[in-house]
Amino acid sequence: MSVSQTTFHSALLDASQPIPDGLLDAEAQPAGRRFSVYRNNVAVSLTEAMHQAFPVIARLLGAQNMDGLSGIFLRQHPPTSPLMMLYGDEFPTFLEGMEQLSHLGYLPDVARLELALRHAYHAADSQSIDPDALSIPPEDLMRARLTLAPAAQVLRSDWPVHAIWLFNTEKNAPKPQAGAQDVLITRPEYDPAPHSLPPGGAAWILRVQDGQTIGEAFETTVAETPEFDLGTTLALLLQGGAITSVTIERLDT
Amino acid sequence: MLDDALRSNRLPAAPGVGYKPQHFSQILEQAKPVAWLEIHAENYMGDGGRPLAQLRHMSEQFPISVHGVGLSIGGETPLDTDHLARLKHLVGWLNPASFSEHLAWSTHDSHFLNDLLPLPYTDITLARVCDHIDQVQEVVGRQMLLENPSSYLAFEESTWSEPDFLREIARRTGCGLLLDVNNVFVSATNLDFSPQGYIDVYPLDQVGEIHLGGHDEDEDDHGHPLLIDSHGREVVDPVWALLDYVLNKSGPKPLLIEWDTDVPDWPILRAEAERAQKALDRVPA
Repeated sequence: MSVSQTTFHSALLDASQPIPDGLLDAEAQPAGRRFSVYRNNVAVSLTEAMHQAFPVIARLLGAQNMDGLSGIFLRQHPPTSPLMMLYGDEFPTFLEGMEQLSHLGYLPDVARLELALRHAYHAADSQSIDPDALSIPPEDLMRARLTLAPAAQVLRSDWPVHAIWLFNTEKNAPKPQAGAQDVLITRPEYDPAPHSLPPGGAAWILRVQDGQTIGEAFETTVAETPEFDLGTTLALLLQGGAITSVTIERLDT
Repeated sequence: MLDDALRSNRLPAAPGVGYKPQHFSQILEQAKPVAWLEIHAENYMGDGGRPLAQLRHMSEQFPISVHGVGLSIGGETPLDTDHLARLKHLVGWLNPASFSEHLAWSTHDSHFLNDLLPLPYTDITLARVCDHIDQVQEVVGRQMLLENPSSYLAFEESTWSEPDFLREIARRTGCGLLLDVNNVFVSATNLDFSPQGYIDVYPLDQVGEIHLGGHDEDEDDHGHPLLIDSHGREVVDPVWALLDYVLNKSGPKPLLIEWDTDVPDWPILRAEAERAQKALDRVPA
Protein backbone atom coordinates (compact mmCIF):
# COMPACT_ATOMS: atom_id res chain seq x y z
CA MET A 1 0.00 0.00 0.00
CA SER A 2 1.67 3.20 -1.05
CA VAL A 3 0.75 6.53 0.52
CA SER A 4 0.88 9.47 -1.87
CA GLN A 5 1.83 12.90 -0.59
CA THR A 6 -1.54 14.13 -1.90
CA THR A 7 -3.30 11.76 0.52
CA PHE A 8 -0.89 12.55 3.37
CA HIS A 9 -1.26 16.29 2.76
CA SER A 10 -5.05 16.39 2.71
CA ALA A 11 -5.34 14.18 5.83
CA LEU A 12 -2.87 16.45 7.60
CA LEU A 13 -4.99 19.56 7.19
CA ASP A 14 -8.37 17.87 7.69
CA ALA A 15 -8.68 15.92 10.93
CA SER A 16 -12.07 14.55 9.82
CA GLN A 17 -10.35 12.51 7.11
CA PRO A 18 -9.20 8.99 7.97
CA ILE A 19 -5.52 8.41 8.67
CA PRO A 20 -3.98 7.11 5.42
CA ASP A 21 -3.54 3.33 5.10
CA GLY A 22 -0.01 2.03 4.83
CA LEU A 23 1.38 3.95 7.82
CA LEU A 24 2.54 1.68 10.63
CA ASP A 25 3.71 1.73 14.22
CA ALA A 26 6.64 -0.30 15.62
CA GLU A 27 4.56 -3.49 15.65
CA ALA A 28 3.38 -3.08 12.07
CA GLN A 29 -0.08 -2.04 13.29
CA PRO A 30 -1.85 1.00 11.79
CA ALA A 31 -0.12 4.16 12.94
CA GLY A 32 -3.23 5.66 14.59
CA ARG A 33 -2.54 8.75 16.61
CA ARG A 34 1.12 8.71 15.62
CA PHE A 35 -0.13 10.47 12.47
CA SER A 36 -1.56 13.14 14.77
CA VAL A 37 1.99 14.17 15.68
CA TYR A 38 2.30 15.57 12.15
CA ARG A 39 -1.20 17.07 12.22
CA ASN A 40 -0.32 18.71 15.49
CA ASN A 41 3.11 19.95 14.36
CA VAL A 42 1.61 21.65 11.32
CA ALA A 43 -1.29 23.26 13.18
CA VAL A 44 0.77 24.34 16.19
CA SER A 45 3.66 25.77 14.19
CA LEU A 46 1.37 27.75 11.89
CA THR A 47 -0.77 28.97 14.80
CA GLU A 48 2.40 30.16 16.53
CA ALA A 49 3.46 31.90 13.36
CA MET A 50 0.11 33.76 13.31
CA HIS A 51 0.52 34.85 16.93
CA GLN A 52 3.99 36.17 16.14
CA ALA A 53 2.82 37.90 12.99
CA PHE A 54 -0.30 39.54 14.45
CA PRO A 55 0.34 40.21 18.16
CA VAL A 56 -2.10 43.13 18.34
CA ILE A 57 -4.92 41.13 16.74
CA ALA A 58 -4.14 38.33 19.24
CA ARG A 59 -4.33 40.85 22.07
CA LEU A 60 -7.61 42.32 20.82
CA LEU A 61 -9.24 38.89 20.43
CA GLY A 62 -7.58 37.03 23.31
CA ALA A 63 -5.10 34.17 22.88
CA GLN A 64 -7.76 31.43 22.76
CA ASN A 65 -9.84 33.16 20.11
CA MET A 66 -6.65 33.81 18.11
CA ASP A 67 -5.84 30.07 18.31
CA GLY A 68 -9.30 29.22 17.01
CA LEU A 69 -9.20 31.81 14.25
CA SER A 70 -5.69 30.72 13.21
CA GLY A 71 -6.92 27.12 13.01
CA ILE A 72 -9.56 28.15 10.47
CA PHE A 73 -7.23 30.51 8.59
CA LEU A 74 -4.32 28.06 8.24
CA ARG A 75 -6.62 25.45 6.70
CA GLN A 76 -8.13 27.93 4.23
CA HIS A 77 -4.82 29.63 3.51
CA PRO A 78 -1.82 27.36 4.17
CA PRO A 79 1.50 29.09 3.46
CA THR A 80 2.42 29.14 -0.22
CA SER A 81 6.11 29.85 0.39
CA PRO A 82 8.77 28.53 2.79
CA LEU A 83 9.37 32.13 3.86
CA MET A 84 7.29 32.18 7.02
CA MET A 85 8.21 35.85 7.47
CA LEU A 86 5.66 36.55 4.72
CA TYR A 87 2.86 34.33 6.06
CA GLY A 88 -0.53 35.90 6.58
CA ASP A 89 -0.93 38.24 3.59
CA GLU A 90 -4.53 37.02 3.17
CA PHE A 91 -5.40 37.49 6.85
CA PRO A 92 -6.95 41.00 6.55
CA THR A 93 -9.29 39.86 3.76
CA PHE A 94 -10.06 36.69 5.72
CA LEU A 95 -11.01 38.82 8.74
CA GLU A 96 -13.30 40.94 6.55
CA GLY A 97 -15.16 37.76 5.62
CA MET A 98 -15.67 36.53 9.21
CA GLU A 99 -19.30 37.34 10.02
CA GLN A 100 -18.79 36.69 13.74
CA LEU A 101 -16.22 39.51 13.81
CA SER A 102 -18.22 42.06 11.81
CA HIS A 103 -18.85 44.11 14.98
CA LEU A 104 -15.07 44.66 15.18
CA GLY A 105 -14.83 46.40 11.82
CA TYR A 106 -11.35 47.79 12.52
CA LEU A 107 -9.68 44.35 12.80
CA PRO A 108 -8.80 44.00 9.08
CA ASP A 109 -7.01 47.37 9.03
CA VAL A 110 -5.15 46.59 12.26
CA ALA A 111 -4.00 43.35 10.58
CA ARG A 112 -2.94 45.38 7.52
CA LEU A 113 -0.89 47.63 9.78
CA GLU A 114 0.82 44.62 11.42
CA LEU A 115 1.55 43.14 7.98
CA ALA A 116 2.99 46.45 6.78
CA LEU A 117 5.23 46.67 9.86
CA ARG A 118 6.54 43.15 9.17
CA HIS A 119 7.19 43.96 5.51
CA ALA A 120 9.01 47.12 6.61
CA TYR A 121 11.13 45.06 9.05
CA HIS A 122 12.39 42.83 6.22
CA ALA A 123 12.56 45.53 3.50
CA ALA A 124 15.85 46.33 1.78
CA ASP A 125 18.24 48.66 3.59
CA SER A 126 18.66 52.17 2.24
CA GLN A 127 20.64 55.34 2.91
CA SER A 128 18.54 58.35 3.85
CA ILE A 129 19.38 61.84 2.62
CA ASP A 130 20.91 64.55 4.76
CA PRO A 131 17.92 66.67 5.92
CA ASP A 132 19.81 69.74 4.67
CA ALA A 133 19.28 68.46 1.14
CA LEU A 134 15.77 69.94 1.39
CA SER A 135 17.00 73.34 2.67
CA ILE A 136 16.69 74.82 -0.78
CA PRO A 137 14.77 77.74 -2.27
CA PRO A 138 11.00 77.03 -2.32
CA GLU A 139 10.81 77.12 -6.15
CA ASP A 140 13.49 74.39 -6.34
CA LEU A 141 11.80 72.36 -3.59
CA MET A 142 8.49 72.39 -5.52
CA ARG A 143 10.23 71.00 -8.61
CA ALA A 144 11.95 68.23 -6.65
CA ARG A 145 11.09 64.54 -6.94
CA LEU A 146 11.73 62.21 -4.01
CA THR A 147 12.61 58.54 -3.79
CA LEU A 148 11.33 56.91 -0.63
CA ALA A 149 12.97 54.05 1.29
CA PRO A 150 11.75 50.52 0.49
CA ALA A 151 10.70 50.26 4.14
CA ALA A 152 8.48 53.38 3.96
CA GLN A 153 4.80 52.49 3.68
CA VAL A 154 1.47 54.29 3.83
CA LEU A 155 -1.75 52.77 5.10
CA ARG A 156 -5.11 54.58 4.83
CA SER A 157 -7.93 53.58 7.13
CA ASP A 158 -11.50 54.60 8.01
CA TRP A 159 -10.67 53.56 11.58
CA PRO A 160 -8.36 55.05 14.23
CA VAL A 161 -5.93 52.29 13.36
CA HIS A 162 -2.79 53.98 14.67
CA ALA A 163 -4.40 54.79 18.01
CA ILE A 164 -5.71 51.22 18.36
CA TRP A 165 -2.25 49.83 17.60
CA LEU A 166 -0.60 52.20 20.09
CA PHE A 167 -3.17 51.49 22.81
CA ASN A 168 -2.39 47.77 22.53
CA THR A 169 1.39 48.02 22.36
CA GLU A 170 2.33 50.88 24.71
CA LYS A 171 1.61 51.47 28.36
CA ASN A 172 -0.19 54.75 29.09
CA ALA A 173 -1.21 55.28 25.46
CA PRO A 174 -4.48 57.24 25.21
CA LYS A 175 -7.74 55.43 24.52
CA PRO A 176 -8.53 55.48 20.78
CA GLN A 177 -11.13 58.02 19.64
CA ALA A 178 -13.45 57.36 16.71
CA GLY A 179 -12.28 58.68 13.34
CA ALA A 180 -10.28 57.79 10.26
CA GLN A 181 -6.49 57.63 10.50
CA ASP A 182 -3.77 57.34 7.90
CA VAL A 183 -0.44 55.86 8.92
CA LEU A 184 3.13 56.27 7.71
CA ILE A 185 5.59 53.51 8.57
CA THR A 186 9.25 54.44 8.61
CA ARG A 187 12.29 52.38 9.62
CA PRO A 188 15.02 54.76 10.79
CA GLU A 189 17.45 51.89 11.40
CA TYR A 190 16.05 48.42 11.99
CA ASP A 191 12.86 49.00 13.96
CA PRO A 192 9.78 50.02 11.95
CA ALA A 193 7.62 52.69 13.60
CA PRO A 194 4.09 53.79 12.62
CA HIS A 195 3.18 57.48 12.70
CA SER A 196 -0.24 59.03 12.42
CA LEU A 197 -0.37 61.27 9.34
CA PRO A 198 -2.07 64.69 9.28
CA PRO A 199 -4.96 65.27 6.83
CA GLY A 200 -3.82 64.96 3.21
CA GLY A 201 -0.43 63.49 4.19
CA ALA A 202 -1.14 60.00 2.89
CA ALA A 203 -2.53 61.26 -0.43
CA TRP A 204 0.49 63.51 -0.93
CA ILE A 205 3.05 60.78 -0.08
CA LEU A 206 1.36 58.31 -2.44
CA ARG A 207 1.52 60.91 -5.25
CA VAL A 208 5.21 61.57 -4.54
CA GLN A 209 5.86 57.81 -4.50
CA ASP A 210 4.14 57.71 -7.88
CA GLY A 211 6.73 60.13 -9.27
CA GLN A 212 4.97 63.50 -9.03
CA THR A 213 7.09 66.50 -7.98
CA ILE A 214 6.62 67.89 -4.49
CA GLY A 215 4.75 70.84 -6.03
CA GLU A 216 2.47 68.82 -8.34
CA ALA A 217 1.50 66.53 -5.48
CA PHE A 218 1.00 69.54 -3.20
CA GLU A 219 -1.40 71.29 -5.56
CA THR A 220 -3.62 68.27 -6.12
CA THR A 221 -3.64 67.42 -2.43
CA VAL A 222 -4.42 70.93 -1.25
CA ALA A 223 -7.33 71.12 -3.72
CA GLU A 224 -8.84 68.05 -2.01
CA THR A 225 -7.72 68.81 1.54
CA PRO A 226 -7.29 72.57 2.05
CA GLU A 227 -5.76 72.10 5.54
CA PHE A 228 -2.95 69.87 4.18
CA ASP A 229 0.32 70.88 5.82
CA LEU A 230 3.33 69.99 3.67
CA GLY A 231 5.87 70.85 6.38
CA THR A 232 4.57 68.34 8.94
CA THR A 233 4.43 65.53 6.41
CA LEU A 234 7.92 66.25 5.05
CA ALA A 235 9.27 66.39 8.61
CA LEU A 236 7.79 62.95 9.41
CA LEU A 237 9.49 61.49 6.33
CA LEU A 238 12.82 63.16 7.10
CA GLN A 239 12.84 62.19 10.78
CA GLY A 240 12.07 58.60 9.86
CA GLY A 241 14.91 58.49 7.35
CA ALA A 242 12.33 57.67 4.69
CA ILE A 243 13.68 59.85 1.88
CA THR A 244 16.58 58.29 -0.01
CA SER A 245 17.07 60.77 -2.86
CA VAL A 246 16.06 64.20 -4.09
CA THR A 247 16.17 65.05 -7.77
CA ILE A 248 15.65 68.60 -8.98
CA GLU A 249 15.06 69.02 -12.71
CA ARG A 250 16.83 71.93 -14.34
CA LEU A 251 14.54 74.55 -15.77
CA ASP A 252 14.85 74.93 -19.52
CA THR A 253 16.07 78.43 -20.21
CA MET B 1 27.73 13.39 -9.08
CA LEU B 2 29.51 16.20 -7.37
CA ASP B 3 32.86 17.60 -8.41
CA ASP B 4 35.45 17.10 -5.65
CA ALA B 5 36.33 20.80 -5.74
CA LEU B 6 32.85 21.63 -4.42
CA ARG B 7 33.29 19.57 -1.24
CA SER B 8 34.05 22.49 1.00
CA ASN B 9 32.74 21.77 4.48
CA ARG B 10 34.87 23.95 6.77
CA LEU B 11 33.10 23.58 10.14
CA PRO B 12 35.55 22.95 13.00
CA ALA B 13 35.24 19.70 15.00
CA ALA B 14 34.00 21.72 17.98
CA PRO B 15 30.65 22.77 19.48
CA GLY B 16 28.33 25.26 17.82
CA VAL B 17 24.78 26.40 18.59
CA GLY B 18 21.71 27.30 16.59
CA TYR B 19 21.78 31.11 16.46
CA LYS B 20 18.85 32.97 18.05
CA PRO B 21 18.63 36.79 17.74
CA GLN B 22 17.94 37.15 21.49
CA HIS B 23 21.51 35.91 22.15
CA PHE B 24 23.16 38.39 19.78
CA SER B 25 24.82 40.66 22.34
CA GLN B 26 25.93 37.87 24.69
CA ILE B 27 27.55 35.96 21.87
CA LEU B 28 29.48 39.07 20.85
CA GLU B 29 30.46 40.09 24.38
CA GLN B 30 32.03 36.80 25.41
CA ALA B 31 35.46 35.55 24.45
CA LYS B 32 35.04 32.32 22.46
CA PRO B 33 31.38 31.67 23.42
CA VAL B 34 31.11 28.83 20.89
CA ALA B 35 33.18 27.75 17.89
CA TRP B 36 30.50 28.28 15.23
CA LEU B 37 26.84 29.15 14.60
CA GLU B 38 24.05 27.61 12.55
CA ILE B 39 21.17 29.57 11.02
CA HIS B 40 17.92 28.46 9.40
CA ALA B 41 18.28 29.61 5.81
CA GLU B 42 14.65 30.71 5.43
CA ASN B 43 14.93 33.31 8.22
CA TYR B 44 17.58 35.17 6.23
CA MET B 45 15.85 35.44 2.87
CA GLY B 46 14.30 38.86 3.40
CA ASP B 47 15.54 41.87 1.44
CA GLY B 48 17.30 43.58 4.36
CA GLY B 49 16.81 44.81 7.91
CA ARG B 50 18.11 43.54 11.22
CA PRO B 51 18.24 39.77 10.47
CA LEU B 52 20.66 40.24 7.56
CA ALA B 53 22.66 42.93 9.39
CA GLN B 54 23.15 40.59 12.36
CA LEU B 55 24.08 37.71 10.10
CA ARG B 56 26.71 39.79 8.27
CA HIS B 57 28.14 40.80 11.63
CA MET B 58 28.17 37.23 12.97
CA SER B 59 29.75 35.88 9.81
CA GLU B 60 32.78 38.14 10.32
CA GLN B 61 33.52 36.40 13.61
CA PHE B 62 32.20 32.84 13.33
CA PRO B 63 32.04 30.05 10.79
CA ILE B 64 28.36 29.83 9.80
CA SER B 65 26.39 26.74 8.87
CA VAL B 66 23.37 27.37 6.64
CA HIS B 67 20.66 24.84 7.49
CA GLY B 68 17.65 24.84 5.17
CA VAL B 69 14.24 23.76 6.47
CA GLY B 70 12.03 24.48 3.46
CA LEU B 71 13.41 22.92 0.30
CA SER B 72 11.23 19.78 0.41
CA ILE B 73 13.90 17.50 -1.04
CA GLY B 74 11.73 14.46 -0.36
CA GLY B 75 8.75 15.96 -2.19
CA GLU B 76 6.97 14.14 -5.03
CA THR B 77 6.76 17.38 -7.01
CA PRO B 78 9.67 19.31 -8.58
CA LEU B 79 11.73 21.56 -6.33
CA ASP B 80 10.63 25.19 -6.03
CA THR B 81 13.10 26.91 -8.34
CA ASP B 82 12.40 30.34 -6.80
CA HIS B 83 13.36 28.96 -3.42
CA LEU B 84 16.42 27.28 -4.84
CA ALA B 85 17.46 30.63 -6.33
CA ARG B 86 17.07 32.27 -2.90
CA LEU B 87 19.30 29.58 -1.37
CA LYS B 88 21.88 30.08 -4.09
CA HIS B 89 21.85 33.82 -3.37
CA LEU B 90 22.25 33.35 0.41
CA VAL B 91 25.01 30.76 0.10
CA GLY B 92 26.63 32.90 -2.60
CA TRP B 93 27.06 36.08 -0.54
CA LEU B 94 27.58 34.41 2.84
CA ASN B 95 29.97 31.68 1.67
CA PRO B 96 29.09 29.59 4.74
CA ALA B 97 31.30 26.89 6.22
CA SER B 98 28.58 24.31 5.60
CA PHE B 99 25.20 23.95 3.91
CA SER B 100 22.64 21.30 4.87
CA GLU B 101 19.02 20.24 4.36
CA HIS B 102 16.65 17.43 5.41
CA LEU B 103 15.52 14.05 4.14
CA ALA B 104 11.88 15.14 4.33
CA TRP B 105 9.16 16.97 2.42
CA SER B 106 7.24 20.08 3.40
CA THR B 107 5.68 21.42 0.21
CA HIS B 108 2.87 19.85 -1.77
CA ASP B 109 0.30 21.26 -4.18
CA SER B 110 1.97 24.69 -3.67
CA HIS B 111 1.28 24.55 0.08
CA PHE B 112 4.21 24.84 2.47
CA LEU B 113 3.33 22.94 5.65
CA ASN B 114 6.12 24.21 7.92
CA ASP B 115 7.00 20.71 9.16
CA LEU B 116 9.47 18.01 8.13
CA LEU B 117 7.22 15.27 6.78
CA PRO B 118 8.28 11.65 6.27
CA LEU B 119 8.75 9.70 3.06
CA PRO B 120 8.89 5.97 2.34
CA TYR B 121 12.25 4.48 1.44
CA THR B 122 11.80 2.82 -1.95
CA ASP B 123 13.71 2.68 -5.25
CA ILE B 124 11.34 5.33 -6.59
CA THR B 125 11.82 7.80 -3.73
CA LEU B 126 15.57 7.11 -3.76
CA ALA B 127 15.83 8.12 -7.41
CA ARG B 128 13.72 11.22 -6.84
CA VAL B 129 15.67 12.38 -3.79
CA CYS B 130 18.95 11.87 -5.68
CA ASP B 131 17.65 13.91 -8.64
CA HIS B 132 16.66 16.71 -6.27
CA ILE B 133 20.03 16.69 -4.49
CA ASP B 134 21.87 16.70 -7.84
CA GLN B 135 19.80 19.76 -8.79
CA VAL B 136 20.46 21.52 -5.46
CA GLN B 137 24.21 20.92 -5.57
CA GLU B 138 24.37 22.04 -9.18
CA VAL B 139 22.40 25.26 -8.62
CA VAL B 140 23.91 26.18 -5.25
CA GLY B 141 27.34 25.17 -6.53
CA ARG B 142 28.58 23.22 -3.55
CA GLN B 143 28.14 20.04 -1.58
CA MET B 144 25.18 19.75 0.77
CA LEU B 145 24.79 17.63 3.88
CA LEU B 146 21.58 15.60 4.23
CA GLU B 147 20.03 15.12 7.68
CA ASN B 148 18.25 11.97 8.90
CA PRO B 149 14.68 12.61 10.13
CA SER B 150 12.83 11.90 13.38
CA SER B 151 10.23 9.21 12.67
CA TYR B 152 6.90 8.75 14.41
CA LEU B 153 5.68 6.04 12.06
CA ALA B 154 6.91 3.73 9.32
CA PHE B 155 5.70 3.18 5.73
CA GLU B 156 4.48 -0.28 4.81
CA GLU B 157 5.89 0.21 1.31
CA SER B 158 9.50 0.92 2.43
CA THR B 159 12.06 -1.55 1.10
CA TRP B 160 15.26 0.21 2.26
CA SER B 161 16.54 0.71 5.80
CA GLU B 162 17.23 4.35 6.59
CA PRO B 163 21.04 3.99 6.97
CA ASP B 164 21.27 2.08 3.66
CA PHE B 165 19.02 4.67 1.98
CA LEU B 166 21.24 7.53 3.19
CA ARG B 167 24.45 5.72 2.23
CA GLU B 168 23.13 5.12 -1.29
CA ILE B 169 22.08 8.78 -1.65
CA ALA B 170 25.55 9.91 -0.58
CA ARG B 171 27.16 7.44 -3.00
CA ARG B 172 25.02 8.50 -5.98
CA THR B 173 25.06 12.27 -5.42
CA GLY B 174 28.31 12.95 -3.58
CA CYS B 175 26.40 14.76 -0.84
CA GLY B 176 27.62 14.52 2.73
CA LEU B 177 25.51 13.58 5.74
CA LEU B 178 24.36 15.42 8.81
CA LEU B 179 23.82 12.90 11.60
CA ASP B 180 21.17 14.01 14.09
CA VAL B 181 21.85 11.77 17.08
CA ASN B 182 18.66 12.86 18.85
CA ASN B 183 16.65 11.96 15.74
CA VAL B 184 18.22 8.47 15.74
CA PHE B 185 17.27 8.06 19.42
CA VAL B 186 13.71 9.36 18.83
CA SER B 187 13.15 7.12 15.79
CA ALA B 188 14.72 4.10 17.54
CA THR B 189 12.38 4.52 20.52
CA ASN B 190 9.31 5.15 18.37
CA LEU B 191 9.97 2.32 15.92
CA ASP B 192 11.59 -0.05 18.41
CA PHE B 193 15.07 -0.58 16.98
CA SER B 194 18.51 -0.32 18.56
CA PRO B 195 20.05 3.14 18.15
CA GLN B 196 23.55 1.63 18.45
CA GLY B 197 22.60 -0.91 15.80
CA TYR B 198 21.58 2.01 13.51
CA ILE B 199 24.94 3.72 14.11
CA ASP B 200 26.80 0.42 13.44
CA VAL B 201 25.50 0.36 9.86
CA TYR B 202 25.33 4.14 9.25
CA PRO B 203 28.06 5.56 6.94
CA LEU B 204 29.90 7.64 9.57
CA ASP B 205 32.70 8.43 7.10
CA GLN B 206 30.24 10.68 5.21
CA VAL B 207 29.30 12.76 8.28
CA GLY B 208 30.17 16.47 8.14
CA GLU B 209 28.16 17.57 11.16
CA ILE B 210 26.28 16.14 14.14
CA HIS B 211 23.07 17.57 15.64
CA LEU B 212 21.97 17.27 19.27
CA GLY B 213 18.63 18.49 20.60
CA GLY B 214 15.93 17.88 23.17
CA HIS B 215 12.69 15.93 22.69
CA ASP B 216 9.31 15.61 24.42
CA GLU B 217 7.81 12.35 25.72
CA ASP B 218 4.31 11.15 24.83
CA GLU B 219 2.52 7.81 24.30
CA ASP B 220 0.82 6.23 21.29
CA ASP B 221 -2.64 4.54 21.20
CA HIS B 222 -1.23 1.38 22.82
CA GLY B 223 0.64 3.11 25.66
CA HIS B 224 4.02 2.72 23.94
CA PRO B 225 6.47 5.59 24.34
CA LEU B 226 6.27 8.16 21.56
CA LEU B 227 9.08 10.73 21.55
CA ILE B 228 8.52 14.04 19.79
CA ASP B 229 11.45 15.96 18.32
CA SER B 230 10.70 19.38 19.83
CA HIS B 231 14.09 21.13 20.19
CA GLY B 232 12.65 22.72 23.31
CA ARG B 233 14.81 21.43 26.18
CA GLU B 234 18.16 19.94 27.23
CA VAL B 235 19.62 16.95 25.44
CA VAL B 236 18.80 13.84 27.53
CA ASP B 237 21.49 11.54 28.99
CA PRO B 238 20.84 8.55 26.68
CA VAL B 239 21.39 10.86 23.68
CA TRP B 240 24.70 12.09 25.15
CA ALA B 241 25.64 8.40 25.63
CA LEU B 242 24.72 7.70 22.01
CA LEU B 243 26.92 10.64 20.97
CA ASP B 244 29.86 9.07 22.84
CA TYR B 245 29.16 5.83 20.97
CA VAL B 246 29.22 7.71 17.64
CA LEU B 247 32.34 9.78 18.38
CA ASN B 248 34.25 6.68 19.48
CA LYS B 249 33.70 5.26 16.01
CA SER B 250 33.85 8.43 13.93
CA GLY B 251 36.43 10.56 15.70
CA PRO B 252 35.80 14.27 16.44
CA LYS B 253 33.06 16.04 14.43
CA PRO B 254 31.41 19.47 14.45
CA LEU B 255 28.64 19.24 17.10
CA LEU B 256 25.55 21.46 17.11
CA ILE B 257 23.12 22.14 19.95
CA GLU B 258 19.64 22.83 18.52
CA TRP B 259 17.16 24.67 20.74
CA ASP B 260 14.34 26.23 18.71
CA THR B 261 11.27 26.44 20.98
CA ASP B 262 11.13 27.85 24.52
CA VAL B 263 14.60 29.21 23.77
CA PRO B 264 16.53 29.50 27.06
CA ASP B 265 18.80 32.24 28.33
CA TRP B 266 22.28 32.15 26.88
CA PRO B 267 24.04 30.50 29.90
CA ILE B 268 21.82 27.41 29.62
CA LEU B 269 22.50 27.04 25.90
CA ARG B 270 26.19 27.69 26.51
CA ALA B 271 26.24 24.93 29.18
CA GLU B 272 24.92 22.46 26.60
CA ALA B 273 27.72 23.48 24.23
CA GLU B 274 30.25 22.94 27.04
CA ARG B 275 28.85 19.47 27.61
CA ALA B 276 29.37 18.81 23.89
CA GLN B 277 32.99 19.96 24.25
CA LYS B 278 33.48 17.45 27.08
CA ALA B 279 32.19 14.70 24.80
CA LEU B 280 34.79 15.74 22.20
CA ASP B 281 37.50 15.82 24.89
CA ARG B 282 36.74 12.18 25.68
CA VAL B 283 37.31 11.03 22.10
CA PRO B 284 40.52 8.95 21.89
CA ALA B 285 43.19 10.73 19.87
